Amino acid sequence: MKTAYELGAIYAVMALGVFISYRTLDTPDLTVDSSFTLGAACSAVFALAGHPVIGLLVGFLAGGAAGAITALLNTKLKIAALLSGILMMLGLYSINLRIMGQPNISLARAANIFSIADKIPNGKIILSTGLLIIVVVALWLFLNTKLGLALRATGDNEHMVRASGVDTDTMKLIGMAVANALVALSGSVMAQQQKFTDLNMGVGMVVIGLASVIIGEVIFGTRPILRRLIAVALGSVVYRAVIGAAMQLGLPASDMKLITAVIVIVALALPNLFSGAGSLKKLSKGPVK
Amino acid sequence: MLELENIKKVFFPGTINERIALQNLNLTVSEGEFVTVIGENGAGKSTMLNVISGVHPADGGRILLDGEDISRQKEYKRSRHIGRVFQDPLKGTAFDMTIEENLSIALGKGAARGLTPGIPRAAREMFRERLSLLGIGLEQRMKHKVGLLSGGQRQALTLLMATIVRPKLLLLDEHTAALDPGAADTVNELTTKIVTENNIATLMVTHNMSSALAYGTRTIMMSEGTIVLDVSGAERGAMTVADLIAKFAEKKGRALDDDKLLLS
Ligand SMILES: Nc1ncnc2c1ncn2[C@@H]1O[C@H](COP(=O)(O)OP(=O)(O)OP(=O)(O)O)[C@@H](O)[C@H]1O
Ligand SMILES: [Mg+2]
Repeated sequence: MKTAYELGAIYAVMALGVFISYRTLDTPDLTVDSSFTLGAACSAVFALAGHPVIGLLVGFLAGGAAGAITALLNTKLKIAALLSGILMMLGLYSINLRIMGQPNISLARAANIFSIADKIPNGKIILSTGLLIIVVVALWLFLNTKLGLALRATGDNEHMVRASGVDTDTMKLIGMAVANALVALSGSVMAQQQKFTDLNMGVGMVVIGLASVIIGEVIFGTRPILRRLIAVALGSVVYRAVIGAAMQLGLPASDMKLITAVIVIVALALPNLFSGAGSLKKLSKGPVK
Repeated sequence: MLELENIKKVFFPGTINERIALQNLNLTVSEGEFVTVIGENGAGKSTMLNVISGVHPADGGRILLDGEDISRQKEYKRSRHIGRVFQDPLKGTAFDMTIEENLSIALGKGAARGLTPGIPRAAREMFRERLSLLGIGLEQRMKHKVGLLSGGQRQALTLLMATIVRPKLLLLDEHTAALDPGAADTVNELTTKIVTENNIATLMVTHNMSSALAYGTRTIMMSEGTIVLDVSGAERGAMTVADLIAKFAEKKGRALDDDKLLLS
């Protein structure tokens, strides 16, 4: 249970990133699968060189750059949003391998942001919770600035945003950069927590993010915006608990991707089977709001 | 204020689906003039507004706003001086955001969108005051989601958003067409009030011929992408819907072909 919470808190940062990209690009952003690994790769390389904190920062920035490029593919080159993400996911795979130099890196003997935390009781949990709270509060403040309002409206109604004199292309760029920066930050922290980085660790991440967003919003509600951010974060923890329980039942780790897919399918399909569940209906029809 | 010079717009050029939506379109609207626009389905009314606001680039001609050539400007840039209300009440507002958040986004027109608070206290007071002028009680619902409002309430809000920073030009494309008659009247009255009080140059497309004569100071009729009739002043003051229909037949050598237009 402790590890489920700890993992959930770290993955929650990724889920918040997925939440932001749904808001701005209106489409599941598949860049996430590779930007998560990108963050982990940067984190691992710097941690090995003795700079674990700088590793997080570089991972965060690299993720932001990746998200910005996805947005540019979509807005400037007019490639469909979904395909832009797929192309970035593919391209980044090679870049991640170049950064890492090998398909996986052990950080068993590397400097680690958690090594300090290990010295106090429950240090890891305090550290990952602290990081999550910082991210939630920062996002909450950001989404309530003038820029944040314009960003949120872009996911809602592009016509209205352009009619209000805002360049929706710029909003998508900023939104996607912030989203993937958070995803990569989550990957960076995960690498150091697990003391291991694998080229494939991000596979399926966007669906896990989506599952967390849906679970959180359904259980914990969506308004106002702070509540929604907390809901998404808690959704990630609940998701980890579900996965943890499935493993306890003896299901092998390799089945978890199937379980994740089923969770998302059920959540999206339920309202179509039983009409009337308003909040779920909105989720399945369109972007997560 | 607004000058359209020889505007041309062709959809799907060079294909079998080619559609000349606007041609030889010339129009000058002066400061404070409130022009109502009528015409058959497909006459090019919406396209004219879309070309002015930059949704579609013009394929020929020039658009001048206050003497500045805006023909090549992007839509969002033009929006800083052009307010718009669309036919579809869903199009003008962000439905998952609150009334005050929507107003704040509209108020940001032309200013930098930085990391300052989205809704400063002073702005909130101003919103309350401006909303109460609409007279439909929205000032008590500032924290409600726009998605909870009726079509008429949304159009009134969109109208306020389009004019909260005084635009040089206001474009209304059948903005009451989706409303029930009562709500349409309310929004029409509000439109007239806001436009005349702020002296905003306005183009209002309507399918209702009597509204076209009742509201505004000038009426133009479009057909096949150009303006075929342009009346104002005393001539317009004395005009009836029947006169309008007769005028059209006289110009075009045929009867008006639009049930919606004729029945209204
Ligand atoms: N986005 C578009 N793509 C292709 N053709 C278009 C587009 N918009 C308008 N047209 C075409 O241009 C012509 C003018 O259409 P427009 O919508 O401007 O007419 P309208 O006068 O607004 O008609 P209505 O009264 O039905 O709203 C029509 O033939 C229409 O099919
Ligand atoms: Mg039209």
